Order: sequence, then structure tokens, then C-alpha cells
Amino acid sequence: MTIKLGVPSKGRLMDKTFDWFGKRGVSLARTGSDREYAGAVEGVEGVELVLLSAGEIPRELASGRIHLGVTGTDLVREKLPRWEQQLEEVAPLGFGQADLILAVPSCWVDVETLDDLDAAASAFRANHGFRLRVATKYHRLVREYLQHNGVADYQLVDSQGATEGVVKNETAEAIADITSTGETLRANHLKILGDGPILKSQATLWRSRVATYSDPDRKVLSALLDKLR
Amino acid sequence: MPKKAKIRARGAEIRAIFEAAGANPVEASLLQPAEVLLDLYGEDIRGRAYVTSDALRGEQMLRPDFTVPVVQMHMEHGAEPARYTYAGEVFRRQEDDPTKPNEYAQVGYEVFDRENPGAADAEVFALIQRALGTLELRAATGDMGILKAAVAGLDTTDRRKNALMRHIWRPRRFRALLDRFSGRSPVPASRAALLTNPNPMAHGKPQIGLRSQAEISERIEALREDAKAPPISDGQVALIEAILSVREKLPFALERLRDIAVDMPAITEAVYCLKDRIEALKEQGVDVDALEFEASYGRTSMEYYDGFVFGLYAEGRPDLPPVATGGRYDALTRVLGQGREIPAVGGVIRPGLLLELEGAL
Repeated sequence: MTIKLGVPSKGRLMDKTFDWFGKRGVSLARTGSDREYAGAVEGVEGVELVLLSAGEIPRELASGRIHLGVTGTDLVREKLPRWEQQLEEVAPLGFGQADLILAVPSCWVDVETLDDLDAAASAFRANHGFRLRVATKYHRLVREYLQHNGVADYQLVDSQGATEGVVKNETAEAIADITSTGETLRANHLKILGDGPILKSQATLWRSRVATYSDPDRKVLSALLDKLR
Repeated sequence: MPKKAKIRARGAEIRAIFEAAGANPVEASLLQPAEVLLDLYGEDIRGRAYVTSDALRGEQMLRPDFTVPVVQMHMEHGAEPARYTYAGEVFRRQEDDPTKPNEYAQVGYEVFDRENPGAADAEVFALIQRALGTLELRAATGDMGILKAAVAGLDTTDRRKNALMRHIWRPRRFRALLDRFSGRSPVPASRAALLTNPNPMAHGKPQIGLRSQAEISERIEALREDAKAPPISDGQVALIEAILSVREKLPFALERLRDIAVDMPAITEAVYCLKDRIEALKEQGVDVDALEFEASYGRTSMEYYDGFVFGLYAEGRPDLPPVATGGRYDALTRVLGQGREIPAVGGVIRPGLLLELEGAL
């Protein structure tokens, strides 16, 4: 039996994850051609590397198909409402920091808080005949946040990419998205609401509470975690 | 007998009681157009209902309740007065609590009657209580009409009253607005800066999106006007708080509200409605001295109820949802009636819960 470790399959997130493990004496590497999603682990016995899209890692952990996985807090919270029962946070990795924020056009000089957004949404609905549109891919987190804060007369519209551009394209009036520096927002003439982020996220190593662990698995896991912690 | 068949049989028994009381049996589609429900409940409904879609009809929702389709049906071609009953499954999305069912049976009774609202309220409550049989249940009642009357009667601007009324079902936001309008919470720094800026629209930022400059200016003007309006007085805030804290057996609650009405005459009529309802409940044989009344009951989970509200709970089982709930929803008929409206009140029983409590499942 082996411990399966899920890691994002490409980009900076994969490189930084490899670095983080490497510094702790566990070397991870992609094998085969550049296009093949296979990997190798050295420095610890009995661990198998599984390369996956970061967005799929929460689900794989929650179903127990992988034992350990690296992905952002944002994706875990969005995709797994009961994440605390399904996952254990092993270690924050110190990179991939980003905030899930609400942003509106900078020209909305009258809107700085959720209170303002709610009032603007009410008037917008009366004027335009439909509810103010907030573009996001984080539907559950944003809906819970706005519901908890008593914002009404809005609707969520799905945006899986280039979310900062939707306001200019007039397919939404506001956005909820992940940002690290806020530069893309500013370049698109958007500003962040002042109530603080909906969620602060970073790349994190998670352990599945649901996966099955044989006795040898447990030994491998504890040897691996000893190195990592 | 399989569990589902038992629940269906129990549901049919209850529906027969409702039919004997004069209700016409009606059906509703499992798939409901999402647009109507989204319009009514806003985005929150997506967290509570299952959404599906096809290319032809667009988004559909698995029926989260019967009230909306029954009201639509009545508003389209119902004769007055009307009484309806139905039995069937409703579907509620559950994301946080795996022990809560996402599909369960409801049997309902709805009354559309212009004549005597107090009597109709009492009829629904008494009939549902009777249909529940001999089970020991605790009844909680409330009346959204009293809080609404109090807000409408506040000595302040219409804009503030509308804002409070809009959030009457969201206690947190309602509280925050009341604190703002009464000067109890400080004006946020960003708001203060906006208000002191003589020309806030001269910001040099590009205008993007559908919300126009005129709309932005209009809101700034509204904020300036609001800043000039005197705060809602401490006395009036205290009266709203006094109403919200009323929680007694029904006859004592009526006395408390009468006392409050002396200082806040705006609620007098709503308090008379409560008195009429109590009389009507007595005539129906309901033991009103044992009924609890809570002025803020139904403020969080029962968005479309705007008058009488009630719920029946199993004693000693706080883990279970109410076995029956109901209330008055006059405003809903206005929203769905496209220009027409009719006072309406109704309630539902969950036969599955009832059987569980009777130990028959």
C-alpha cells in the first residue's frame, strides 16, 4: 500500500510545492514527457505522487482517493461545506497567498462598504428591473458571506476566468474574486470594498480524514509528516 | 410497508381531513421555473433549492415548497373565496448538516379569503392542530404585522422606513440600519468623507458598467438628505426593542402590546387584529392561554409571511424542525398576482416527522 499525495499538476503552484517539499528532504518531480502527468518521490518510501488540477484536489481528498493534497484554502472552503469533518489542515505552505474580495467600479464613489453595496443594489434593481449582478466562481462562499451580512437584491453570475473584465463588458456590476496584489483590479478600474476580505487563502497541505489507512500506511504517513513538520 | 409508503398514507389521511374541511385538492409540478422563485427569494434560494436546466426552458428548480405554485394557480384562475389542499415531496438542498433530509413530504392547507382575516388565521391554525392528533406539541406563534406597523409608524423619513421594511426579515441588517438611523453607530469614515466632499463626482475615474453617473449622483443626494434628517429618537428605538422582546403567553402578550401601543399608536390597528385573532382562536376551541406569542417569531426563516405566523414543535426535541408551520402571506399574492391581490393564509404538516414522533416509522 502507498500514501497518495496530490499536487497541482502545473505552473507556479506546482514548482513552489516541489520547492517546499524539497527543502524538507522530500524530492518530488514530474517524470516522462512534459505532457504526461506522472511523478516520482524520493527521500521517503511508500509515497506516490499524483498530479492533479488544483481545483480537483479538494474533491479527491474528501472522497479519500488521495491521502494528502496541496491546494488553496479558497478551493477547499468553496467546494467542501463540511471541510473540517473531511480534512485536516497539516501545514500552511507560505505561498499562493490571496484574498477573496468583493470589488466594484472605482467610479462608484458612493460605495465603500457592504452597507453601501446593499443600498446601491436596491436602487439598481428598481432602476434596471433586475438584481445587481456579482460575477464570481466562488458561488457558495460569496452567497454565504452576503447572506450573513444581510445584503439583498443581488444575483451571482458565473465567471470562470477574466472576471475583472466583466464590469466593463457590462455582464456584471461587481465581482468577487481572488487577488494577491490588487493590481489587475486597479488596471480594470475596480476597487475593493472596505469591509475586509471574504476569505484569506494560501496554499496548504491537507490530510484526508476519510481515506483508509492500513498499518503500514500509518507508518509511512508519520515518517513523511515528521520530515515535513 | 416501506417507509415512504407509510408517509404517503399518513399524508393522504391528513389531506382527507383538509378536504373534509372544504379544501379542493390540487397538484403542483416537481419542476418549477427558477425565475419566479429567484425573483421572490433572491440569491439565497440557490443555497436552499436544487437547480437544474435545459436549453428550452432554462433554469428550473426542484419544488422547494407548494405555496408559490398554489398562489400562482389561484391568481390565474381561482374563484373566491378558495381553500386548497395538497400533498407531496419538497426538496431542500442541504450543504452543512448531513442529518437534515433533502427531500420530505408536506401536506398543506391554504385559504384565500377577503372577508375576515382573523377568522381565516384561526381556521388554519385550529385545523392543523386538529389534524396533528393527540401528539404533545408546543405551539409558537407570532405576528409580523405588528413589527411592520411599528416601522411604518416611525417618526422618520420614508426612505429610512423603506430601508428598514426591506430588511425586516434580516434581523442583523435591520439592527445595523436602526443603529445607523438613530445615531447609535458612528458614520463610517468613508461616508463622512463623501458627505464633506463638495464635488465627489469630479473624481477623474472612467465610468464603467451599467450603473450610471446619474444613479451614483442620485444616491449621493439621498445620503446628503439623510445626513440632514434628525435621528430616530431613543424613545422610538426603545419601543421597537420593546415590541421585539415581547415573548409571553398570548393573553399577556396582548396586554404588553396594548401598553406599547399607548406610546406608539401606529401599532393600534395591528394589535386589534391580534385581538380579533385571539377571539377567533377561542371560538375554534383553541386553548389560547397556553399559546406562546413571540413578536420576533418567524423573522429569519419565513420570508414571505407578513402577518400571523406559527410553528408546532415536539416537546423536548429541539433537534427536530417544527412538525407544522404556517402563516399569512398577503404580500406574496400581490407579487405573484400581477396587479391583483387577495389576503391568504396557510400551513403545512410534515407527515414523516409526525410518524417518527408517533413512533410509527
